[in-house]
Amino acid sequence: MALVSLALAVLRRDLLAAARRGSEWSNPLVFFVMVCALFPLGIGPEPQRLAELAPGILWVVALLASLLASDTVFRSDYDDATLEQMLLSHQALYPQVIAKTLAHWLLSGLPLSLLSPLLGVLLHLPAAGMLALMASLALGSAVLSFIGAIGAALTVGLRKGGLLLSLIILPLYIPVLIFGSSAVKTAVDGGPFLPQLAMLGVFFLIALALAPLAIAGALRISVDQ
Amino acid sequence: MSIWTTFHKWGSPRWFYQFSGRLLPWLGGLSLLLLIGGAVWGLALVPPDYKQGNSFRIIYVHVPASAVAMGAYMMMAIAGAIHLIWRMKLAAMVMKAIAPIGASLTFLALLTGAVWGKPTWGTWWVWDARITSVLILFFLYLGVIALHQAFENREAAAKACAVLVIVGAVNIPIIYWSVEWWYSLHQPASIRFIGESSIHPTMLRPLMATMSGMYLFFAWAMLLFTRTEILDRERNTRWVQDIVCSGDKKPESRSVL
Repeated sequence: MALVSLALAVLRRDLLAAARRGSEWSNPLVFFVMVCALFPLGIGPEPQRLAELAPGILWVVALLASLLASDTVFRSDYDDATLEQMLLSHQALYPQVIAKTLAHWLLSGLPLSLLSPLLGVLLHLPAAGMLALMASLALGSAVLSFIGAIGAALTVGLRKGGLLLSLIILPLYIPVLIFGSSAVKTAVDGGPFLPQLAMLGVFFLIALALAPLAIAGALRISVDQ
Repeated sequence: MSIWTTFHKWGSPRWFYQFSGRLLPWLGGLSLLLLIGGAVWGLALVPPDYKQGNSFRIIYVHVPASAVAMGAYMMMAIAGAIHLIWRMKLAAMVMKAIAPIGASLTFLALLTGAVWGKPTWGTWWVWDARITSVLILFFLYLGVIALHQAFENREAAAKACAVLVIVGAVNIPIIYWSVEWWYSLHQPASIRFIGESSIHPTMLRPLMATMSGMYLFFAWAMLLFTRTEILDRERNTRWVQDIVCSGDKKPESRSVL
C-alpha cells in the first residue's frame, strides 16, 4: 500500500509540475499536427492515396512525437537535482519510475491519441479506422513511453542527448509500430483489430514489468557519473 | 581450482592480455587458412548452381557474416550482463570491442545480400522479414556504438551500454517475431526465396569452412580490440608501461599487437 501511495504522490507531483509549465506537453502535439500537415504537401492531395497511406503516416508521426517528448521525462528533474534526491531517499525506485513514466504518458501519449481522429480526418482516414487509431495509439504510446524512458534515463546525464536518444530508441519502437499501424489498417479494411490491440497489451505488460528495472538502473548510472 | 578462482583470473586484464597474446597467432592463422581455403574451394572447385549459376558463390561470405553478426550481439549482451552483475571490468572491454566488429559484419551481411539479390531476385533490396530483421540488428549495433562514444566517463559508458545491450537482447526476439508477422501479412512477393531447398553437400562443405573461419576471425578481432582497450585503460599501471617500453627497445615484439 505504501508503494502505491508513493507512486501516486510522484504522479501527482509530475502532473502538477506539468500543469504549471504548459509548453512541455503541448509541443509534441503541435509537432504531431505540423508533420501530419506536411505529408499532403509532399505526396499530393489526392484523397484516395492519402487514405491509403494515413494509418502508416499517423502512426509514424505519433511515434516521432512520442520520441521527441521522451527526452523530457527526466530532464528537468536531473537539472534541478530532484532525481538525485529520489535516488538518495530510502523509497523504492521502481514505483517512482512507473509513476513518472505514466505521468509522461498521460501528458504525451494520451493527448496524441485524443487528437489523432482530427488528423485522421485531415488525411482522409476512413471512419472505420478511427476507433482503432485512437485505441492503438493510446495503448501503443504507453509502451513507447516506457521504452523512451529507458533511453531518456540513459542519456539524461549527457549534454547532447537529443539525437542520440533517437538512435538508441527507434529500433526498439519497431514492434509497436508494426502492430499499431496494422490495427488501423485492419480496421479500415473491415477486419477485426482486437488481436493487434491484444498484442499491444502484451507489449505494455512486458514493458510495465521489465522496463522500470532498466530505467532505475540507467538512472543510477546517469546520476552517479 | 574453484570456479571463482577461474572467474577472478579471467577478470584480470593483465592475465587476459598475456593469455590472449599466446592465442592470437593461432586464431589468426587458422581463420586465414579456413577463410582462404574455403573461398578457393567455394569459388573455384564447387560446380555452379543449376539455377543461379555462379552468383550463388557469394553465399560463402554472406551466410558466415550473418551468422556471426547475430551471435556477436548475444555475446555482447552476455558480456554486458557479466559487467553489470559482477562488475568485471574485462567484460566491459569485451563488450566495447564486439560492437564495431558486429556492426561491420552486419553491414557486410546486408551488402553481400544486396549484391546477391540483384542477379537472383532482380532487385537490390526486398523488404523481406529476414533482411529487415538484420537491418534492425544493424541499427541496434549503431545505437550501442553511438551511446558509448557519447560518454566521457568510461565507467558510465560501459554501464549505460550494458543496460542498452541487455534491453536490446530482450527485444530482439520480440522484434524478430513482429517482423516475421508483419511480413506474413503482406502479400507474398513474386520472387522465390532459396533456403527452403536443402543445400547440396558439395556446396555445404566449403560453407562450413568459411563459417568456422569467420567465427575464428571474429574471436581474433575481438581479442585484438580488447587488448588495445586493455592497454589504453591500464596505461598507468606498471606492467603496461613495461610492455610499451620493452616494445620500443625490441621492435619485433610489437608485431603481436
